[in-house]
Formats: sequence, C-alpha cells, structure tokens
Amino acid sequence: MTDSATRARRAAGTAPGAGPDAASGTGAGTAIRTEDLRKTYKTSRGDVPAVRGIDLNVPSGELFGLLGPNGAGKSTTIGMLTTLVLPTGGRAWVAGIDVVADPVGVKRRIGVVTQNNTLDMQLTVAENLEFRSRFFGLGPREAARRAAQLIDAFGLGDRRKAMATDLSGGQARRLLIARALVHQPEVLFLDEPTAGLDLQTRVNLWEILRVLHDQGQSILLTTHYMEEAEALCDQIAVVDHGEVLASGTVDELKEGTGADMVITVRYDGAVPDGLAAETGLEGRPGVGKVETGHDRIRVFASEPDGVLGELMAAGARAGLSVRDATQLKPSLETVFLNLTGREYRE
Amino acid sequence: MTSTTTTMTPPDGAGRAAQDDAAAGAGIAALIAEAPVPRPTLAKTFGAMMAREFRVLRRNSISTFMRAVMQPLLFVFVFTYVMPKIGGGFMFGGAAGTAAAGASGLGAVNFATILVPGLMASMLLMQGIMAVTFPLVMEFSWQRTIEDRALAPVPIHVLGAQKITAGAIQSFLGALIVFPIVLLVHAAGQAPQVHVTNWALLALILVTASLLTSALGLLLGTVMDPRKMQMVFAAILLPATMLGCVYYPWSAMHQIRWLQMLILINPMVYMSEGLRAVLTPGVGHMPMWAILTVLVGGTAIFGYLGTRTFTRRVLN
Repeated sequence: MTDSATRARRAAGTAPGAGPDAASGTGAGTAIRTEDLRKTYKTSRGDVPAVRGIDLNVPSGELFGLLGPNGAGKSTTIGMLTTLVLPTGGRAWVAGIDVVADPVGVKRRIGVVTQNNTLDMQLTVAENLEFRSRFFGLGPREAARRAAQLIDAFGLGDRRKAMATDLSGGQARRLLIARALVHQPEVLFLDEPTAGLDLQTRVNLWEILRVLHDQGQSILLTTHYMEEAEALCDQIAVVDHGEVLASGTVDELKEGTGADMVITVRYDGAVPDGLAAETGLEGRPGVGKVETGHDRIRVFASEPDGVLGELMAAGARAGLSVRDATQLKPSLETVFLNLTGREYRE
Repeated sequence: MTSTTTTMTPPDGAGRAAQDDAAAGAGIAALIAEAPVPRPTLAKTFGAMMAREFRVLRRNSISTFMRAVMQPLLFVFVFTYVMPKIGGGFMFGGAAGTAAAGASGLGAVNFATILVPGLMASMLLMQGIMAVTFPLVMEFSWQRTIEDRALAPVPIHVLGAQKITAGAIQSFLGALIVFPIVLLVHAAGQAPQVHVTNWALLALILVTASLLTSALGLLLGTVMDPRKMQMVFAAILLPATMLGCVYYPWSAMHQIRWLQMLILINPMVYMSEGLRAVLTPGVGHMPMWAILTVLVGGTAIFGYLGTRTFTRRVLN
C-alpha cells in the first residue's frame, strides 16, 4: 500500500481487505462500531456480566469518551475493541475490521495506551519505541529515527537511555502514548490515560490529546473523571454496570436531563413515604423529575423558582430539619444522577 | 520527514506554557502527518521480537552467565576434583559396584563421564524453564506487561511460539556453556571419557531438548499460580533433576526396577540418555528411537499445550 493510499484510507476511515462483514459493520467514516457487544466472565461464583450489550458508533476523527465509574465495564469494552478480550456476544468493528474475525488486522490499525503501565521494563525509553516500531515492520534504522522523533516530541529527551522502570508516572504515560503512535494508527485507544496523575501532568496530557485530535486522529478514551470527558470529548457515552445509559455531546447529555437546575435537599432524618408527593412538585410544569432517597429529595427542574422553598416547607411539616441543600446547574454529574438515581462514584 | 526537538515539558509560566504547547503541538502534528507507513509481516514482527530477546539477554549477560555456570561448576568441582582428592571419589563399575556395572553394561566408568551429559541435560531444563517461566510470571502479574507484545500485529499463538524459540536458544546456550566446564574441571586421572559419535545427532538432541524444556516452561508459566512459583523448584525442577538420570545412567537403575519404570515419565531422562548416547558411548543408554520419539513428541505436545494455555491467559 502506498503512503498516500494509507492516508486516504485514514481520512475515509476504511480499511483494506475489509470484507462484506466489515462493510456491514462500518461505513465510510466510521472508526468504531459495536452491536450488542457483550462480555460475561465465568468465575467460581458463577457468571459475572461485565458488558451487557453495548452499541457504539464512533465517526472517524472523533474524540469519543466512555465515561463511567470504576467497574462500569469501560476497560472490558476497550479490551474487546483492542482484541485482548474475547466478546461473549455481539459484534464489533474497528477501522472497518471485525475484531474477532481478524484480530491481527485490527492490531495493525490501532494504537493502545493501556490503563496499567505496560511498558517493557527490561528496555530503555528509546528501546521501547524502537522495538515497537520494529514489531510494526520498520527496519532498525527507521525505527531508531522514529523513536528519536517521538522522544523529542514527547519531552523525553533527557530520559532517552533511562530504563522504563525508572520513569515517573507522567513520563511513563507520555511514553505509553508515544509508543502507541509509532505506527500511525487509524484509531487510538486510551484506557484511563490520566488515572493517578497529578493535575499538571494531566493537563499536559490533555494538551497532547487535543493536538492529536486536531490532527484528525480517531480516539476512544475511557475515563472516570467527568471534567476530563467534558474538556476533551466530542461525544460521550455514559456507561454503568456494563450498559450505555446515554450518549451524545456534552450539551446533548445535559439537555437530556430536561432541567436547568438540579435541586437536592438533605434532611436530618429519613424521608417519610409520600413526602415528595406532598410537596406538589410532581407533575408541576417546569419540574421534570422528583426522586426520593433515604434522607433526601432531588428535583430536576427547568423552572426552579420556589422548588427549594417547597422542599424545606414539606420537610418542616414532617418534622424534619434541612441538613444540606444544593442547587446545581446540569453537569455530567447531574446527568449521571438523572440516569441512575445515584451519586457518581469515581 | 522532519525531525523536531519540541517538547511537552511542564511550563514555567503562562507565556512559556503557550509557547511550549504550540511548539509541542507542531511537533506531534508533524509526527502524525509524516509518520512512516508500517508494513508489518509475520516474519518481520517475529524477527523484531527475537531481536528484543537478544537485547535483553545481552543486557543481562553477566547474571545469565553466572546462573548458567555456578551450579555445574561447583558440582563438578566437588564431585570430580574435591572428592577424588580426599579419597571419596567413586566410579561406576569400581570395586563396590563391579557386579552391578557389569550387568548394566557400564564397565569401569568414572563419575565425570556420567556427569558430562547429565549436567548438560540439567542445564537444558534449568535454563529452558528459567528463560520462559519466570519472565512470564512477571508479564502476567497485575501490570500485565504481556499486553505490550500481545498488541503486536501477529496472532497470540505466534507470540507463544516466539517465547518457546527464545527460551530454547537460551537453553541451548546454557548447555554449551556447561560443556567445557564438565569437560575440563576434574582431578588428575578423573577426565571424562567423551567421544562424539555423531555430530548431527548431537545437534538434533540439543535442539529438540532445548525446545522441549522451553515449551514446558511456557506451559508451566501459564498454568501455575504466580503466588506458588517456588513450587516449580520443589515439585518440578528438583525431582526432574534428581530422578532424571543426571547422576547415573538409566541402565544402572535395573536393580530398582519399579523406579526405573517410574522415571520414564520424566522427560529429563531422555535428554540425559540422548546426550549420553552421543557423548559417552561407553556408557550404556536407552535406544535412540525411544529418546527421539519422546524428545520430538514431547516438544510437539508441550508446544501445543503451552501455546494454547498462553493464548487463553493473554486473551481474557
């Protein structure tokens, strides 16, 4: 394949050798597609479903985020898309190629930044990049040249000869990203790329991802940091318990709550049955949803005026004092609340 | 393609940060736009993985050499130099064992002659397992660094085969390192009687034995609980070596018939006996057809099982 053909293929989001299955799996301009993708682990305690039927459609050139708390199924999903986890149901295509039918074809076209530090600890920084390049068919000289470029671009020049074991967390992350880019991947997967890093390092990595995105790189990112998803992603799929709860742009997700404000009142005791109904908020114009928890009532309202007062008054009538009250504009956190009825847990 | 020296280092101030970010952005953009187009093939990727193994081996050459040399060196030093010097040396077919030796076809053979093939076989097993099993345990630990190479553009079973090949080369080299030691370290009059009858057969036995031990290493590394790896020494290496005809020929075991039959399940026996057949023909040994059948068949079986369990471990 010629260089220009490859770049044209990248731009179109299609892959050579994509058969009829691939054609049904992804059209031109689609980086990732899944249909009812499932994974159930068999354990001594029985079957444990990790992913319960995920449908994704990620256009080429998009920075797509899978957002969800730890244990939501994000890493398992990325594992299936990168061919290292075998699905137990459904189908998935990456760069137009079926991940189960042709895993090698997929691996040729993807770069993966794993959640754990999977650098080759027996090698130096430069060697990690050189050998990854050589795994992907570059000759030793070309691989060394490519490694040198990546080392400079990712600010690892003074660590060139350091062993991978001697890198800081931020340096290791930068090297992992550099390593994922050695072979010009069509789709870049990043599994929790900033987990455990300090703020400055996270911001630096965000900048790298923005540059990659600006260059048209298709990226799928998993994160449990809401601000990260909000800052970086074109589209987000909110995932919990192995299911996509909602997907869209950040604005679309916020609009989906049907509220301009989320008002939560927490009382000093258990909320009695019927208290929410007693407020008269349910069904009132401008109020989308009223949820009752053990000691709190939460209201999603497009017209929030007076809602807080109603909640306080109803509590007082039931002999409850208000311990805490919040009014939040819709955020990804309130989106998650709206979708699950639970606080977001990182 | 252009080269760039721009970096993503943390900025000192807002202006500097903006400059750095812009420069780094340009650098990364150039890296993407002008990246070489990879053309991976199975042969190129396999070759690159082997090159990586040799790089690591070269880096660890001193510790690998020490690991390979110390055990056989001390063993032959004590048994073929110290013991004869202090009057504790012994010979198969000597005064005490003439009758038994006669029955087993040993004749008067010194212990060094028995040890040459035995210690080479022992080294094949030790190196084969050390080169594959222990690195695998690290790679399958919680960090799962195995994913580094599992994402290379080859089927996972090829990665398993590559690990067998790399381990076999280390095993082979380990046996070669031992050879001069067991040949040269001995007291006066205790020189082993070594005579290579068939160089091609020697090479075949060394290669198949190396592959067998390495394949066994892959199997062990993928089925054993990493927390119980010390069991490899206690439950596998020690019994395999002590009952692997390293220190005595299989034919001499005829007086303990049940044990002679029992140890036939130990692949180490066939490695020792195969090397004995081609290096020390004066010592009785198993028929070559039995040796080659087990070495080749064992390699195929362990290779199949090892790559299968390896693939299962890599793919969740």
